[in-house]
Amino acid sequence: MAKQVDYEKIGRSARARGAAGKTVIYALLTVWAVMVLFPFYWMVLTSVKSYSAYNSEYIPRFFTLSPTLQNYADAFTAVPLARYFLNTLVFTLVTTAVMLLVVVLAAFAFARLDFRGKNIAFTLFLSLMMIPSELVVITNFVTITNLGLRNTFTGLILPSVTSVFYIYLLKENFEQIPGELYRAAKVDGTSDFKYLVKVMLPISQPTIVTITILKIIECWNSYVWPRLITDDAAYFLVSNGIQEIRENGFGRENIPAMMAAVVVISVPLIVLFLIFHKKIMAGVSRGGTKG
Amino acid sequence: MRVVLEHLTKIFPNRNKKARGDVIAVNDFTFEIPDGQLVGLLGPSGCGKSTTLNLICGLEKPSSGKIFFGDDDVTDLPPENRGVGFVFQNYALYPHLTVLGNILFPLQNLKGSARLPKEEMLRRAEEAAHLVQIDNLLERKPGEMSGGQQQRVAIARALVKMPRVLLLDEPLSNLDARLRLQTREEIRRIQQETKITTIFVTHDQEEAMSISDMIVVMKDGVVQQIGRPQDVYDRPVNLFVAKFLGTPPINVFEGRVKDGRLFVGQDEILPAPGVADRPVYVGIRPEGFVLRDDGPLCCGLTRVEVMGRDTSVVSTHPAAVSVSIRSIISAENRVNTDSAAVRFAVKPGKTFIFDRDTEERVHFSAE
Amino acid sequence: MRNSNLKGWLYLLPAILFLGFFMVYPLVDVLVYSFEEGYNFASQTSFGVGLYNYSYVLHDGYFLQAVKNTFILVVITVPLSTGIALLISLGLNAVRPLRNLYQTIFFLPYVTNTLAVGLVFMILFKKTAYSEGMINLLIHWFGGESVDFIDGPYWAKMFVMCFYTIWVVMPFKILILTSALASVNQDYYRAARVDATPKWRIFTQITLPMISPMVFYLVITGFIGAFKAYSDEVALFGTDLNAAGMNTIVGYVYDMLYGDSGGYPSYASAAALILFVIVLTITCINLLVSKKHVHY
Repeated sequence: MAKQVDYEKIGRSARARGAAGKTVIYALLTVWAVMVLFPFYWMVLTSVKSYSAYNSEYIPRFFTLSPTLQNYADAFTAVPLARYFLNTLVFTLVTTAVMLLVVVLAAFAFARLDFRGKNIAFTLFLSLMMIPSELVVITNFVTITNLGLRNTFTGLILPSVTSVFYIYLLKENFEQIPGELYRAAKVDGTSDFKYLVKVMLPISQPTIVTITILKIIECWNSYVWPRLITDDAAYFLVSNGIQEIRENGFGRENIPAMMAAVVVISVPLIVLFLIFHKKIMAGVSRGGTKG
Repeated sequence: MRVVLEHLTKIFPNRNKKARGDVIAVNDFTFEIPDGQLVGLLGPSGCGKSTTLNLICGLEKPSSGKIFFGDDDVTDLPPENRGVGFVFQNYALYPHLTVLGNILFPLQNLKGSARLPKEEMLRRAEEAAHLVQIDNLLERKPGEMSGGQQQRVAIARALVKMPRVLLLDEPLSNLDARLRLQTREEIRRIQQETKITTIFVTHDQEEAMSISDMIVVMKDGVVQQIGRPQDVYDRPVNLFVAKFLGTPPINVFEGRVKDGRLFVGQDEILPAPGVADRPVYVGIRPEGFVLRDDGPLCCGLTRVEVMGRDTSVVSTHPAAVSVSIRSIISAENRVNTDSAAVRFAVKPGKTFIFDRDTEERVHFSAE
Repeated sequence: MRNSNLKGWLYLLPAILFLGFFMVYPLVDVLVYSFEEGYNFASQTSFGVGLYNYSYVLHDGYFLQAVKNTFILVVITVPLSTGIALLISLGLNAVRPLRNLYQTIFFLPYVTNTLAVGLVFMILFKKTAYSEGMINLLIHWFGGESVDFIDGPYWAKMFVMCFYTIWVVMPFKILILTSALASVNQDYYRAARVDATPKWRIFTQITLPMISPMVFYLVITGFIGAFKAYSDEVALFGTDLNAAGMNTIVGYVYDMLYGDSGGYPSYASAAALILFVIVLTITCINLLVSKKHVHY
């Protein structure tokens, strides 16, 4: 088949092409990495530039010679940033906790318990996933207003608890635990609830951690709902708080302080991400592919 | 196409931080495969046989050594330039293409002057399909076929480009027992018809012995023995090879040579002239036992299993390495099942002596 | 038997309560609202039933502008973001060292608050009397004229909008595509190598078909997500999107709801349902197309 082919040359040129290709790939990847990281860099950089230094830069500089933490002080004093922070913390923790309760019970019911109408109920639940939240928000807005729950934590939390997606995810995870364990426990006289708490939860711990983290991210970044039902600054969350600062607060004049506020509210999630990034990415990936 | 391996070595750097040292997957393998032969690479898992196959194919690069196809040194060639056909263990058929599409795939990669007109490609594909007898399945997709059929498609795909060498990685291990017998005959038949040098990898010694022209027994990256199946069976070079080939497996005893005589436990079973005194392992093939009331080897009878054509006698011996000894004797013999003991003589041709330390076979003639 | 029936439903009860009250009931309610004409929020009365709300919305200039903006956004960002994500995923798949580092960096935007980061983008792209802004600096380096991307011409605003949207959706797409690529059985590639398959052919004949289900999934969800765009716009342009001419359909819905005088739930409902219908139609079209093209 092969005539006088120079085998060495083929081998060498294949390797060289490989190296050139790799360089191009790394270049492409690095370009995007810079585009992802640059806004964060700018965020932090601006937050430590002093007010006067920032405003005097007609052409923005990439660095600052005299970093200052004054902006952070300003951010906390000029607006109730700490309050927004606290509100968001409370909102996130309570919503996540309630959601966990609801989701765990429902997932257990679908995965292990036998009852009439189970399949119909599950199909109905699934179909609810198709309802866009934009539709639902309208009525919830009216409902909450009518109940007089505007500007309260209850009003913030209640509608945010529901999520079919997490029920679905956890149910799938529960189903992977062998049914024999359940039957063996039943034979030993264990109650369903005890089995749920003592056996299923520990085994599904990774998925539960993932759901928790995802919900935390969702709550922390939630904007639309808080924006709609709170107009009292005492109840703002960080996202609509930021919006408020930007439009009515010092946001228009004092950009560095603005950035300091932004940094402050971004830090918790970024820290969470750096610690749990493997789990978070695995969870999102699994949830995405199941969808 | 003659395939020559010279001092082929492949070392994998150890990724496990706790263990020390690198993994030597293939250690100084030198071997010449004559053109048109069917060679079986045989050994337990982890012995380096699949790695050797990947080295021959070009999917792995050797750490040192050379590979020749005929007179061409292909060591540095990437796999796409070597002209090899490879059949993967799980077939790797493209699930979105039909059988015909799968077989045509390699032909469509030919470039420039080697490119074939469409009719020629179709003809060759149909020829390959006919060779493996899947002519009627050309329009199906791999997901709609059984394991055996998929494997034949994989073979057709490997053969359609008329490779110089055909490589098969554990071709029979994914098939059920029924299909295995049939398929290994197929492989033999196809190889005979096409006369392509074929190398296949397996851990099943029966498979390797039944169809190969030559077998290569490997352990931990080192070649133990190369030869024709019957030769390797009758003249194993060490205890490992003796234990690896043969069903039921060879029976191993702890023994001793003293004054030119071979002892198993207290029983002197054979003369061993010219062999120095030493402790040894004695291997006796199941078919090497002869039922004799005055035989030198005295075993404790456990049970007798009737197999129709033969009879299998399960017994024990204090010097035996494993819990029980299995011997196969002709069904015409009658074993006294009331007795607690059973006595055998042993055939010299089926009895091997292995040095206790090196486990290499010690030659002796008992005649 | 009866006991276990009761128990099952009991475990489901919290979920049913929350979902029923905050999802099912609103759905029905919105439907009703949209058909009630002249609904007065204060007195909770309406004139009658008809299509007046829909007609109003469909003739509203703000709504039409929002539809235009949303459609442009969808058409530009969905193909671009999926394509670039694919390129990046292929790149990630091809290199082994530093892969985890790159993946972690690429995923960062997913966990950040879109409003927060949007502000940063606003600062970078905006040109004020005091400062050119970072992006304009880059434009100058390449010899162009500076543009105000936040308060300037429509095309500039659209550009920054699309850019930011792509930036925000990339992490998810990259993640899904890299895991799809990694799940392709390596033996297919080895078999193709042994058969001397050229690289581009491997891509079109093997890689693409193998990941096509995931690609279509991303396209479908990409479309749905893009149609619902809202918070990203607010992040860049502020709450009064109509003033910036950059409203989206969802923004219109919220405007109608919360806007001037305690809300017109009827108009908002009508607009929301129109959106729902659009999204449903596009999704169905997508599903039909994917059935033809998605392999196995």
